[in-house]
Amino acid sequence: MVDRMPTATAYAAVLRSRVRAQASYPIPFAVDLLAALVVGVLEFAEIWVLFHRAGVLGGLDIRGVLLVFGLAEFAFSIADLVVGHMDRLPDYLRAGTLDMFYLRPQSILAQLMTSEISLKRLSRVLFGGGAIVVALRLNAIHWTTARAGMLALTLVCAPILYGALFVLAAGLQFHLLDGREFTNAFVYGGRYAATQPASVWPTSLVAGFAFLIPVAFTAYLPAMVLLGHPGGGWLPAGLAWALPLATLWSVALAAAGWRNGIRHYQGGGG
Amino acid sequence: MTTPAIETHDLTRSFRIRGRGPLTAVDGLTVSIAPGEAVGYIGANGAGKSTTIKMLCGILVPTSGAVRTVGLDPVAKRRALAARIGVVFGQRTQLWWDLPVGESFGLLAAIHRMPRPAARARIDALVGDLDMEDYLATPVRQLSLGQRMRAEIAAALIHSPDLLILDEPTIGLDVLSKQRLREFLIRERAERGTTLLLTTHDMGDVQRLCDRILLVDHGRLAYDGTLDGLSATVGAGRVLVLDLDAPGPDLVAIPGTRHLASEGGGLRQRLAYDAAHTSLGAVLSAVGEVRGVRDVAVEEPDIEDVVRRVYQRSAAGELGRAADATD
Repeated sequence: MVDRMPTATAYAAVLRSRVRAQASYPIPFAVDLLAALVVGVLEFAEIWVLFHRAGVLGGLDIRGVLLVFGLAEFAFSIADLVVGHMDRLPDYLRAGTLDMFYLRPQSILAQLMTSEISLKRLSRVLFGGGAIVVALRLNAIHWTTARAGMLALTLVCAPILYGALFVLAAGLQFHLLDGREFTNAFVYGGRYAATQPASVWPTSLVAGFAFLIPVAFTAYLPAMVLLGHPGGGWLPAGLAWALPLATLWSVALAAAGWRNGIRHYQGGGG
Repeated sequence: MTTPAIETHDLTRSFRIRGRGPLTAVDGLTVSIAPGEAVGYIGANGAGKSTTIKMLCGILVPTSGAVRTVGLDPVAKRRALAARIGVVFGQRTQLWWDLPVGESFGLLAAIHRMPRPAARARIDALVGDLDMEDYLATPVRQLSLGQRMRAEIAAALIHSPDLLILDEPTIGLDVLSKQRLREFLIRERAERGTTLLLTTHDMGDVQRLCDRILLVDHGRLAYDGTLDGLSATVGAGRVLVLDLDAPGPDLVAIPGTRHLASEGGGLRQRLAYDAAHTSLGAVLSAVGEVRGVRDVAVEEPDIEDVVRRVYQRSAAGELGRAADATD
């Protein structure tokens, strides 16, 4: 048929309906926005208190760590806004929503990703973005093409990397119906670790969060490049340029985890 | 030769249940359903009905055996299949909880990539046929059960599927809602020749909607044929309720009947009879010879009763052999 709607239109139509549904309750929505913002501010306050006492940690002062925090917060919040609902997969399984996705001529993963959007996370995105802008000013960065390129690369790749973690978490939750605590450990644990200077991480965290679940690439390493800081130990600043690789790795990990989860769901059952 | 709407061969699905070993939910199911047939798929809870439906839709992968739905491998061709079947799971919703019904329909039309004018026309027709004009603007979560079920069925039919699978569509509905839904399904099938597979506990659904019955017991096909044939096989005939003019002894000697119960010292008696072996007239005249009859009512066979009898028999091995013999 000539006049068929393109596939993207259907996904967009569902997303628009989600936006309308959230916007139709302005007061609860505003409260949600504010609550999310307060959590973000508190998380930064915790870091601020730490650095206020310690001065410099892992070679970074409070201005440097604000940049790390901002990059991580911004990227994670975008991912959370777009696909954060995926770590509620067990709820979808219990409600039978996933079975309904099987009855539509679309990809299951794409349907799940576009089935919801958490606009209340917008305040966290703005907070993270604001933190980046303030940190870039406070740190008096010596701009070069390479540094501008690093920033652009980070703003694009890091949200994808976090998005992949949410998908991976969902894939794993097919196996562990009550496994949200486990997947939260690396999704939210990873985000939390990413907001800290990675140079103070113990070796086990470096191994986990730099290479297996490579969140160090989303904030700490790019910040090292932007600040002209050499980085340290296992994580020299130059490694930051491997961010696209780290993103690809995360996406591959997520794809494998999701496929494996779906196979388990269809095959292993209850 | 036309492609069957549903074809399974030795379809089997077992589940591993922690600490209890494997459970075989569907066991060697072999059936073929031709396009345009209306089939009631019945059995007790846990007999394997939902598992079968999930395999027909590509949600579950069979442990062994083969399944083709409208000629397609449901798992490999799930997306192509989704465009050609409509499914309603009675306990689940394909609508958006917080959206008006009409908007949900629009989204589903978009998901099925229907051309806009065709989608509009189809939705309008379904809304008219199912009497949904009054609540199109109501969010789904505010609908009554009857309204929601009509909306679910419309949602499953928007893309005009070849095969409609309904899992307990009338559960919890009042008599009038059930009636309207059945009438709609009869009209829809008459117009489009849609194949229907229906699971239900409601005898009325089966009687009014289905030409053929598949009865499953513990995942195995225990009966495949017409409802009358099933009733005849297991002897679950109609029940005649007699109000007599005076109390008296139980009517145990009426030919072709079986006395079930008496109330009020024999003032009201219930007799089972099988229309295949005797007629209502013959039964009434036989009763009339011994007692005065004030009023009669005929109760249709109860599906639970039919199923229970099949189960009792298959436990005794009778129908198990019969089913094997038909393979």
